[in-house]
Amino acid sequence: MSAAGKGTSSTTGNRAELLPALKQELGKNGNLSKTVLTSLAGKTGLPLNEIYGVSTFYAYLPVLPAGKNVIRVCGCLPCDMKDARGVIGSIKKELGIEPGQTTGDAKFSLEQVGCIGACDQAPAMMINDRLFGNLTPARIAEILKSY
Amino acid sequence: MAEKRIVMGNCGVIDPQDIETYLARGGFKALNKARDKMKPKAIVEEVRRSGLTGRGGAGFPCGLKWELAMNARAGRKYLICNADEGEVGTFKDKYLLSHDPFGLIEGMGIAGRAIGAQQAFIYLRAEYHFLYDALCGAIEQAKGKGFLKDMDIRVFEGAGSYICGEESALMNSIEGMRGESRYKPPYPPTSGLWGMPTIINNVETLMNVPHIINKGADWFSAMGTKRSKGTKVFSVSGDVARPGVYELEMGSSLKELVIDLAGAQDIKAVQIGGSTGNIIPARMIDTPLSHETCLGSGAVVVFNTQRDIVDIVHNNMHFLSEESCGKCTPCREGTEVMLEILGRLTRGEGASGDISKLEDLARAMALASLCGLGQAAAVPVLDSLKYFSQEYVDRIEQSMYLRSYIGSQLS
Repeated sequence: MSAAGKGTSSTTGNRAELLPALKQELGKNGNLSKTVLTSLAGKTGLPLNEIYGVSTFYAYLPVLPAGKNVIRVCGCLPCDMKDARGVIGSIKKELGIEPGQTTGDAKFSLEQVGCIGACDQAPAMMINDRLFGNLTPARIAEILKSY
Repeated sequence: MAEKRIVMGNCGVIDPQDIETYLARGGFKALNKARDKMKPKAIVEEVRRSGLTGRGGAGFPCGLKWELAMNARAGRKYLICNADEGEVGTFKDKYLLSHDPFGLIEGMGIAGRAIGAQQAFIYLRAEYHFLYDALCGAIEQAKGKGFLKDMDIRVFEGAGSYICGEESALMNSIEGMRGESRYKPPYPPTSGLWGMPTIINNVETLMNVPHIINKGADWFSAMGTKRSKGTKVFSVSGDVARPGVYELEMGSSLKELVIDLAGAQDIKAVQIGGSTGNIIPARMIDTPLSHETCLGSGAVVVFNTQRDIVDIVHNNMHFLSEESCGKCTPCREGTEVMLEILGRLTRGEGASGDISKLEDLARAMALASLCGLGQAAAVPVLDSLKYFSQEYVDRIEQSMYLRSYIGSQLS
């Protein structure tokens, strides 16, 4: 929980802590499987379908198994203009997966996402929480090797 | 005219992890003044007179918003800083949060006192998780110095959703729901988070506040144009030599920003305000940047003469259709149908009625969509049709030629 305090639970019930709780479970389990969501439903008293509905709304709350490292390549205009497609092509070649897929050894997932706020370093991608900017297709192999 | 750094005045000067460096630059003077010498009403009046408007895109008068919340009677009131910067081409809030978190905290302290909020949130987009610890650290330091006695600030992290930058979707997200837009009215200053009066301001808006309290409304309103006061922080990207964040006085020309500062040399068009922003042809490069013309979040993406306008608009629409929350039909279906038409155009499968279909859809979406996403989704489509209609016509004619050629080969 944030060091900056809670202070809201009394007026709002458990629901306000749903997003932070989902993130916490994600951190522990790597994805939000049915088992994880069911146990969270038990803990919060919210129906499972509600919790499933919330998690599937957000891009960063995957309900399907994801790789240990999630690669998110920005496909928006400023990155697309600077050859984001070449970057994605290079990742596809290195890992043998398409966007939306996970490698057989579950080491990497690949996703093409909306703007990640690094347009001045286009093309850019994030691997987990780390940002990589000013990419070239040739740099990809080396970056992936470091994981 | 050169840059005018007011909001960015401390960026690169202070140590964002050390409150002493902020204090040494006169930091928290404004909060002390607001707390010790000003009644909430006086604070709101100062902000209202300054003419400060929202910097997140909509440009709503900040003082008016605060006044509504201040006058609302309720047991609890909330302040939310919108740091869910998801607009395509925008990265100025990331820059501000990374370099001067204390400026934001001070602005929030003043806003909280003005409206009487006991609890505040900074809604931080998931993509900026790397800023989380630094922000919490800055809040702790401000607390340690006794600056946040009356209000608690909590950093609340988003989970990857563009629409959560829309204020009602953002509140739903904090409440633990899907980030879908709400019907309006009621508006947040009367009924917002958990039905309580709530103020939602962008990072940059709040960071203007300490300067207004320190130097006064008259100083602030002397800068800018009639309806756009102060400065604006712009994010410039695309075909420029020096992409980055620049702060200019409101009303400065597009030329100053993209040519003089960012070093663009070959310009076909510029998109201002992100994925739903206006597209302006190079011949209008002297356009002043203000709410009266076009501004949005201050995202400026430059396209050189090699770029294809239909491809640009298609990429925009792809993003918007992905990020539409799906609650209202005009936006959910409208963006999809536009994407389908634009996709056909880019693939050489255009048809003769495509332009009028796009125009019809644009009207319906602007009229009937629930929130800004759907209402403005067609802005780049309409602008590109206005200034670059020949490119659409060419695409359609090429498509028809291709089909007739293939047809003749087959028969």
